Amino acid sequence: MATLEIDSLTKSYGDVQALRGTSFDVRAGEIFGFVGSNGAGKTTTMRIVLGVLAADSGEVRQDGRPLDLAARRRIGYMPEERGLYPRMKVGEQLVYLARLHGLSGADAKDAMERWTTTLGVDARRGDEVQKLSLGNQQRVQLAAALTHDPDLLVLDEPFSGLDPVAVDVMSGVLRARADAGVPVVFSSHQLDLVERLCDRVGIIKDGSMVEVGTIDELRRTETERWVVDGPPGATWIGAVPDGRAVSLEGSRTVVELTPRADGTDGEAGREQAVLRAALAAGPVREFALVRPSLTELYRDVVSAEEKPAGTAAETVGVVA
Amino acid sequence: MSARSSLTSWGAIRLVAGREIMTRLHSKSFVWLTVILVGAVVLGGFALNLASSSGPTAERVGVTPQTASLAQGIESTGTTLGTDVETVDVADDTAGEAQVRDGDLDALVTGSADDPTVVVESELSPGLTAVFTTLAQQAALSDAVTSLGGDPAEVAGDMATAQPTVRTIGEASEFDPTRYVTGLVTGILLFMAIMISGQLIAQGVVEEKTSRVVELLLSTVRPWQLMAGKVLGIGLVGLGQVALVVLAGVGTALGLGLVDTSTIDLGTAAAWALVWFVVGFVSYALLMAGLGALVSRQEDVGAVTTPVTFLMVIPYIVGVSVAPWAPDNPLVVWLSYVPLCSPLLMPVRIALGSAETWEALVALGLSVAVIPVLVWLAAKIYSNAVLRTGARVRLKDALRSA
Repeated sequence: MATLEIDSLTKSYGDVQALRGTSFDVRAGEIFGFVGSNGAGKTTTMRIVLGVLAADSGEVRQDGRPLDLAARRRIGYMPEERGLYPRMKVGEQLVYLARLHGLSGADAKDAMERWTTTLGVDARRGDEVQKLSLGNQQRVQLAAALTHDPDLLVLDEPFSGLDPVAVDVMSGVLRARADAGVPVVFSSHQLDLVERLCDRVGIIKDGSMVEVGTIDELRRTETERWVVDGPPGATWIGAVPDGRAVSLEGSRTVVELTPRADGTDGEAGREQAVLRAALAAGPVREFALVRPSLTELYRDVVSAEEKPAGTAAETVGVVA
Repeated sequence: MSARSSLTSWGAIRLVAGREIMTRLHSKSFVWLTVILVGAVVLGGFALNLASSSGPTAERVGVTPQTASLAQGIESTGTTLGTDVETVDVADDTAGEAQVRDGDLDALVTGSADDPTVVVESELSPGLTAVFTTLAQQAALSDAVTSLGGDPAEVAGDMATAQPTVRTIGEASEFDPTRYVTGLVTGILLFMAIMISGQLIAQGVVEEKTSRVVELLLSTVRPWQLMAGKVLGIGLVGLGQVALVVLAGVGTALGLGLVDTSTIDLGTAAAWALVWFVVGFVSYALLMAGLGALVSRQEDVGAVTTPVTFLMVIPYIVGVSVAPWAPDNPLVVWLSYVPLCSPLLMPVRIALGSAETWEALVALGLSVAVIPVLVWLAAKIYSNAVLRTGARVRLKDALRSA
């Protein structure tokens, strides 16, 4: 399977610069979460990948080759605003769309039957799309993106409006496709979901990517911070050799370990000095590494003009 | 991995057209409209037949063997007086009188050739009264000529050749009711068919835009393929509909003997009507597809297509209100060459018999030549506007942006 490369896309609508050199890649077998505020350029980027919009400059490549119409027919696409013929029957519609992607009539019918069953809408094949609930319409929409066994999945907000069960079904399908080697890219505002599901994440702001990496990479802060819930920090912080308190609130203390120039090898135990100092002052109820959630990262990135992630991280610990 | 076939442009167009055709054929309103149109044409034919049947039916006059020699005189006198008379030989007076009672005969001539008596059920029709009065007067005149020593046959010959001298000072009237009706029906039918099909195109474009399915479609087919498939599909359905109505109309007219086939070639008029439907439909469908792409709501379709509708109404009005009365009116003649007007006007002129074949071919050539320009224009507007949902896209913007 292929790697999708999005290279320096620019696009403007009149005076509005929607994309300013957007670049990232989605590798075979990974789920890539594409996040950013409304109007940041997610939908524009996806439309350019699908060839529905033309970029002013830049290129979209698959395995090094520019995407042409034939290759684009091999993409499974879910547009941001759902698009199906309201008065066409579910089964007929899926067969029609699959055939537009190049499947023969018989293959299209097989695929329609397989995916409506997988997604739990097989009983509604003979109904007009407009008679389905929004959640079921969404399942049909996903089926439309999957029937032609795509080489690449591009989904704009696939989870919006889904109930928790449908979210699980959708997540399962995306994971299965990725495991089959298909690169999957989807946009979402549900950051907890992105954090749970995605292998890598890209954050777009004002038309350019401000962060791209694995969740772990993004959450890694340049300095290590530990939260201690125990005796007030002021009573013991002096005993920690290379740390300083960044927050002292009652029983909760956040300690930042000073980075060392010589790297991190053999430094794994440094936090133990913090724990020992705190224990010496009284009982400790919680001791954990502070890691910003994707939501926090995202807030930092989209709200701060230039400040990198981490500074506004709140003292919400992950129990170690 | 499932088998894949590459989709050619033609394959894509055919798929899109196939969906349009199936959608129309499954639509109740389309089926009903077709039924109503066919029904209107057939019923109209019957109504016309009923209205005109009292006139042209021949008066049937029976002659017995004794009066059979008068038959030729009765028929020729009828022709001279404008009464269509058909003579029928009957066996004898009794049989003839029975037929008169049955209403099978309008009158029976009994007695002898020299002294005939006309037998009727209740009264003689005005036409036949004139015929028999004339015959009686001629007989009286012949008797008088004979008694004066002249030759009745010679006098009768002179009288037969005597004619009034007529000088026409106005233009000869070319009004022919058959042609008038054919022209009118052609004009109305083509206008309706092109208008309805054009509206279907615009509504189809807006439906795809409103439902956003167009974004999914455009990720697999190019805008021009989508537009071409739509125009082809709806066009074929429209052509089938028009052909059905035309066939029903021609069939009814010929079956009921409504038209005098010596003055009009219905087959040619019908074939031209179909040709002009195709040309007119394609031209207007392209405009409708382009304009439809500018709006995002069905309610706005009417407003955005008004200029095109207006453009159609002008040749239509001229075609049904001026052309049948004055086929050679310069406005009619000139407009029939103007592309976009020709499809609505030239077939009316053809049906009226006022256009030579070369005139129709020139107009057809001009109209066909304009189609590539319309394709280019419509494709540009369509591809620039169809993804911009929300407020109506201004035509200027759609034409300008790349």
